[in-house]
This record gives sequence, C-alpha cells and structure tokens, in this order.
Amino acid sequence: MKNNAKANLPAAILLFALLIIWQAAAMHMNAAYILPSPIQIVQKLWELRVPLFKAHLPATMEVVTVGLAISIVLGLFLAVIMDMSETVEKAIYPLVIASQTIPTTALAPLFVLWFGYGIWSKVLVTVLMTFFPITITVFDGFKSVKTEMTELMQTFGADKKQIFLKLKLPAVLPYFFSAIKMAIPISIIGAAIGEWLGAQSGLGYFSRRMMTQLDGAGVFAPILLLSIAAMVLVAIVGIFEKKLIRWRKDL
Amino acid sequence: MIPEAMLEFNNVSLTYNGEAAPTIDNLSFSIKRGEFVCLIGPSGCGKSTIFRLVNKLLKPQCGEIYADGQSIGDHKNYCGYMPQNDLLFPWRTVADNVRLPLEIKGGLSKSEMDERVNEVLKNVGLESWGQKSPSELSGGMRQRAAFARTLLTGCDLLLLDEPFSALDYLTRLSLREWLLDQWERDKKTILFITHDVDEAVFLSNRVLVAEHYPIDSLTSVDIPAAYPRSLRSLSEPGIADIKERLIGMLRKENA
Repeated sequence: MKNNAKANLPAAILLFALLIIWQAAAMHMNAAYILPSPIQIVQKLWELRVPLFKAHLPATMEVVTVGLAISIVLGLFLAVIMDMSETVEKAIYPLVIASQTIPTTALAPLFVLWFGYGIWSKVLVTVLMTFFPITITVFDGFKSVKTEMTELMQTFGADKKQIFLKLKLPAVLPYFFSAIKMAIPISIIGAAIGEWLGAQSGLGYFSRRMMTQLDGAGVFAPILLLSIAAMVLVAIVGIFEKKLIRWRKDL
Repeated sequence: MIPEAMLEFNNVSLTYNGEAAPTIDNLSFSIKRGEFVCLIGPSGCGKSTIFRLVNKLLKPQCGEIYADGQSIGDHKNYCGYMPQNDLLFPWRTVADNVRLPLEIKGGLSKSEMDERVNEVLKNVGLESWGQKSPSELSGGMRQRAAFARTLLTGCDLLLLDEPFSALDYLTRLSLREWLLDQWERDKKTILFITHDVDEAVFLSNRVLVAEHYPIDSLTSVDIPAAYPRSLRSLSEPGIADIKERLIGMLRKENA
C-alpha cells in the first residue's frame, strides 16, 4: 500500500498543480457559466447531492450495467466464433471494424426515435461503442495462445473442447480483464452521450439540463461524478483481476 | 514390420507445403523396445520433423509409421512428447500441470489422479513442490516437472526434444544422470533429440545421426558402455573415439 502511494505521487502532484492553475484561471475570468472553478464544481456537487446520487447516478449506472453486460456477452461470443472458424473470422472481422466507423453520436438521435426515451436507446449507443474493444482484445488473446501449447495438448489426445476449456480459456483471462477495464469508461461515456441526446434522467441528461440554464458548475458536477464512477469500477475490476491472475508475467 | 520394434519408420517421406524438396525422403529406421536412442544432427536438419511425424502433428505423404507393432494412423496414446520448452501452464500449479494428460484421457476419479500425480512427483523428486506455481521452480525443476507430465501420458515410448538445451551446464549434467536413473527404473523406450554429441554419447545405447539433407537415412552408431554411466565413462578411449567419429560426421555435413 505504501509503495502504491509512492508510485501515484507524481500523478497526484501534477493533478494538484493543474487544478490550481484551473482555479486561478477561473477566478481570473470570473465567468462561472463558461469556466467554473474546481471549488465551485465541488460545491455544486454537494448542493445537488440528493438528485444526483438518488436519481441520476442510478439511472446512468443502469444503462452502463445493461450495456456493458450485453457488450461482454456479444464481444465474447464474436471472439469465440471468430477463433473457432477462419471463415467466420473473415466474414465478421471486417464488419466489426466497419462498425466503428459509424459516428454513433450522430446517429444517436435516431435511436431515440426508434427506441424511445427509455433505457434501450442509450443501451444501444453504449453497446455500439463498447463491444468493439472487448471483441478485438479477447480475439487477440485467443490468437496469442502459443501454438506449441496447443500442439502439446494435441499430443495428449485433447479434442477441441478440451483445448478450449483447459488452454484457451485460462490463457485469455488476462486479455479479458484488460478488455473490461477498457470497456468500463467507454460504456460510461456511451451512456452519457445517449442521455445527453434524449432522456428523462441520468447524469448525461442532468448535465445537459444545466447547460440550458447556463450553470457551468452544474454541467461539470455530474461529469465529475461520471469519471469518479468509472475509476471506482475499474479499481474494483482490478482487485478481482489481482485475485484471479497471479501469473500474467509468466506467460 | 520388425516384431520387437517400439517405433518403426517404413519408407516415410514428407515435403512441407509449398516446398519443392522433401525434408524427409524415403526414410526407414527402427527403435527396439527399451532402447535409449539419441537422434543427432545439425540444427534445422529436420530432426524435429521426425518427432512431429511420430506424434501425428504432421502426416507423411507416403510410407508407414508403426508404434508398438501398430500403424499410428488409428493408434492413440502411444507416445509421450516432451517439448524443448517445458510449456508448463502458468495458471496451473505444478501438480495440476502434471495431471493434465490424465485429465485429458479421462476415466480416472479425482483421488486416483491425485495418487498417480503424487507418485510421479515423488519419483522425479518434486513431492513437496506440487502446490507451487511453475514460476517458483528453477529451470531444472521445471524440466523434471515436464518429464513427470510426459510420464503420466502412460506411454512406453517417450519423445524428448532437446529438453535440457536451455539449462545451464551444471544443471544439464545432473539432469542427464537423473534421466538415466528414470529410464532404468521405468523401462521406457526413449528417443531423445539433441545436437550435443557429449549428451548423446553419455545417454544412449545407440546414436542415430542425420548426416544428409533431406534425411533419407540415419546412420546408427552403438555406444558400447555399460550403465550406470558416469562422467568418466565419456573419456574412456573407445568412447572418445566414437565421439570424434560422430563429430566428424556432423562436420562433414556442415562443410
């Protein structure tokens, strides 16, 4: 723990310095509707704590949870079937790449028309942005399994299922965790964008409402909350990862 | 077919996909049950290709390979292969790595497997290391664990592909003696690839030399020294002569 604190010290100092510059610039400008100071943002967060934590954070987390879950299932499924068959890989891989050229943000208003103001239009934005890194990272993980290890399994007489369960699945686990850690912030951004474009609750929606009221600190406060949520979730996943995988450096 | 042969190649040829010249050309040789045979040859001459043919990772274009009197085409579990790198899975403990061939073959209960694993770990001198992770073992111990895993394939024919080449000199020396003890106790048939002439002479009843490329024949050289052998057996006059002859054969190929 002590080492950890030491390792993070340079980042903490830099962050603190940047915040001070921000604070000074904001005080100098004195136009909180354009550039609120960090202190004003924190104050706002405290003032709005009840609606933010009781209504909007849960709404956003619901979208993130559902979107992330669908993305994980979809991403794993695509990675597994691409690994099983080269034909499937050739068919799907280019489409997966192409899906990332879609400007999701520009299409999101349409999703609202298709799926309404409920949760599903936001979930779609989230999934479109999130399944991609999961698919590609996990697929890379399958590709990285050493040929010699697969061959060794074959000489033991292992069939495809045994090779998958006893070799590929454990070997891909570190890649899976990397994928999740990448996917969490992306899914939170996806949910916020979805809410920004059309919703009745959620941190993205709240941020936008504050924008229409020219409340600069009110725009930033929910965004601050979003990034804290992302960091907390990534940290939790990191703890699980450390518990499950002690051998990452040995492969 | 030779009746007492544990492994027999009968006019086997193999050309790699997209290559004009064959790597193995009409090769015939055989190994008797219980023999310890070393296969030597310069790097890249196709020694490992012979192994890949035996364990069916490659299929010959023509010819037959017999293991224990049966064509390997429809034969399962006839040879245990030990690769150059130990390839222990880092997410499994040492004991779980050694157990892998048993798990794949199936048919044993968990306690029966544990029993076999403990027994073989004891035989290779790793009985107190079963619950460790492979990264906690030294290079020599990792190779012993890999050998234990190979033993649990339950096969009488063992293919060892330069298993000691990545180890330091002293570890290599002691593992050679250790391997001979294992062989004398378990009465397995061992085919051992190396490019180290000392190692080949020290270990084997017989050395097979890959003199030509493509490999169309293997020259057999008997090593007339009694077991158990010690480092000193290597410097006996008759053995020293054989060593020189073997080095000469490999040099001729390289020139």
